[in-house]
Amino acid sequence: MKKIYVNEERCLGCHLCEFYCAFANSGETEMFKAFKLGKNAVPRIKVEDGNGINFAVQCRHCDDPLCMKNCIAGAISKVDGVVKIDHDKCVGCYTCVLSCPYGCIVPDKNGHSAAKCELCAENGTIPACVQNCINGAIVFEERGE
Amino acid sequence: MPVNYFPAEFEVLRNYDKCIQCRACERQCSNKVHWFDADFGKMLSHDEKCVDCQRCVSICPTGALKIKPNENAFRKSANYTQPLMTEAYRQAGTGSVLLSSMGTPKDYPVYWDKILLNASQVTNPPIDPLREPMETRVFLGKRPTQMKFKKNGELDLSLEPSLALNVPIMFSAMSYGSISKNAHESLARAAEELGTYYNTGEGGLHKDFYRYGANTIVQVASGRFGVHKDYLNAGAAIEIKMGQGAKPGIGGHLPGEKIKEDVAHTRMIPRGTDAISPAPHHDIYSIEDLRQLIFSVKEATEYKKPVIVKIAAVHNVAAIASGVARSGADIIAIDGFRGGTGAAPTRIRDNVGIPIELALAAVDGRLRHEGIRNEVSIVAAGSIRCSSDAVKAIALGADAVYIATPALLAMGCHLCRSCHTGKCNWGIATQEPELVKRLNPDIAYHRLVNLVTAWNHEIQEIMGGMGINSIEALRGNRLMLRGIGLTEKELQILGILHAGE
Repeated sequence: MKKIYVNEERCLGCHLCEFYCAFANSGETEMFKAFKLGKNAVPRIKVEDGNGINFAVQCRHCDDPLCMKNCIAGAISKVDGVVKIDHDKCVGCYTCVLSCPYGCIVPDKNGHSAAKCELCAENGTIPACVQNCINGAIVFEERGE
Repeated sequence: MPVNYFPAEFEVLRNYDKCIQCRACERQCSNKVHWFDADFGKMLSHDEKCVDCQRCVSICPTGALKIKPNENAFRKSANYTQPLMTEAYRQAGTGSVLLSSMGTPKDYPVYWDKILLNASQVTNPPIDPLREPMETRVFLGKRPTQMKFKKNGELDLSLEPSLALNVPIMFSAMSYGSISKNAHESLARAAEELGTYYNTGEGGLHKDFYRYGANTIVQVASGRFGVHKDYLNAGAAIEIKMGQGAKPGIGGHLPGEKIKEDVAHTRMIPRGTDAISPAPHHDIYSIEDLRQLIFSVKEATEYKKPVIVKIAAVHNVAAIASGVARSGADIIAIDGFRGGTGAAPTRIRDNVGIPIELALAAVDGRLRHEGIRNEVSIVAAGSIRCSSDAVKAIALGADAVYIATPALLAMGCHLCRSCHTGKCNWGIATQEPELVKRLNPDIAYHRLVNLVTAWNHEIQEIMGGMGINSIEALRGNRLMLRGIGLTEKELQILGILHAGE
């Protein structure tokens, strides 16, 4: 299965992936509207910086996801290898936010559900972070682990 | 303290309706132009630090940025222009020589733009390069002057060492130190894939790049940085740099700040020391001395590699080239005065040397006249900006061309001409690790390959249009050229007719 991988030697720490991610999942047509109108623009990828190293982190789609195990509402499932949240079922308890060892699940801006990287499956494109990384640091590929 | 005011050269315009405060501009500007002001709650900019490299404009995800020339100008004068005034102020403050980078921006005539190409009609039909073979392979080196026989009477088929290029385009010398390791890697990989050559410049060859040796030209310049036997033998050819188009008669000076561990090791000099190339080679004061160096390097490489001598285009370039051809060089590279540089004294860059078009025509003409054109190949350099420039250069007598600025453009350079500051935002002319990282060789090498491939397609199209199917038949074919808006004298030097003739 294709997953998102980050090459920290190439990651510049520009944080643009966060903004493209938030925009891609905002449902807006223009990026500035996604942020200016204060709607649902929340990034599901986060760039960690420090000691000259930058690294973008997003959901690893774990083999045995702790978030899924811990979800009290049964809203998290794994479909074709992708860990997904059913927003209708999600009750916004954020247990998943607490249990993700990578810190890759975030409270959505609507305040009553969680959001996470679903590989832009809903957006019908290759992941926005991959498409827009200015240094080719984020790739979407099969690594057969 | 005296008033020492320099107007900002550029103004940063930010469309606040579009700015989403992602701060990418701030994070990516090595000149620290942008910052987020928490008190005002918005992005602001220090315009005076901007060099117009366009990095922020290029990456701004909402297209909120624009850079334009600052209109707050001194009173206009066609004679004392604003740059001349600020330069005088700067020198009054520092007492120093002015430094600049890349090719001269001054409005000198570009003869390429005053030369038109021919095409076939009716009697000598054009050729479609997509349907018929079109040869762009070039060999550089000495041509045999006579038939030779072995002792047993068999024909001696051995040839002098030469370079084989799939395309008549090579990447010219840019040293490791003046450009980053990632930039070098990109050039090396592109040269390998294209079947052509890149040039180490005078900074030696990084140990990681010996594996690209078959596509490398190793340079020996007056500083002799990083020159040793293995280095000479690592490349496919050796280039002795006598001069550089952007700064004829001047050596080089790579400031100590750029001499980090790796560069120091490659150049074989102590870390942090200035790398100074003297203006002359201290062992070359005549053509005979040059001959000694040529044969020293030939000896060191067992006569297996061709030797290139690179000279700047100066007033008596034809006579110099004639001497070089007689000194044993296999290839002469001529570098015109509009060529680029990582750093040069401004006044030298903007005022010394002559255009490559005139120099090339003069050299080719002189060598033919003297009957020694077959002794050397000629490589034209110094502002070959596009494929048609390359075609015109070949028709004027070049065997191949060197390109560097277009290669830098392919890698991301926006010609802000600030290489000498070492803070290249595109990761090219810098040694700062966090800036070097910005040039991803996987991307850059691919773009270089694309650029040269595209040029080669265009060269084939143009040749096809002329009814020529091999680059050999284009070389020195000045009948394919016509001047437009040139004087009788210029036409005479270029050896071409005027349009309509």
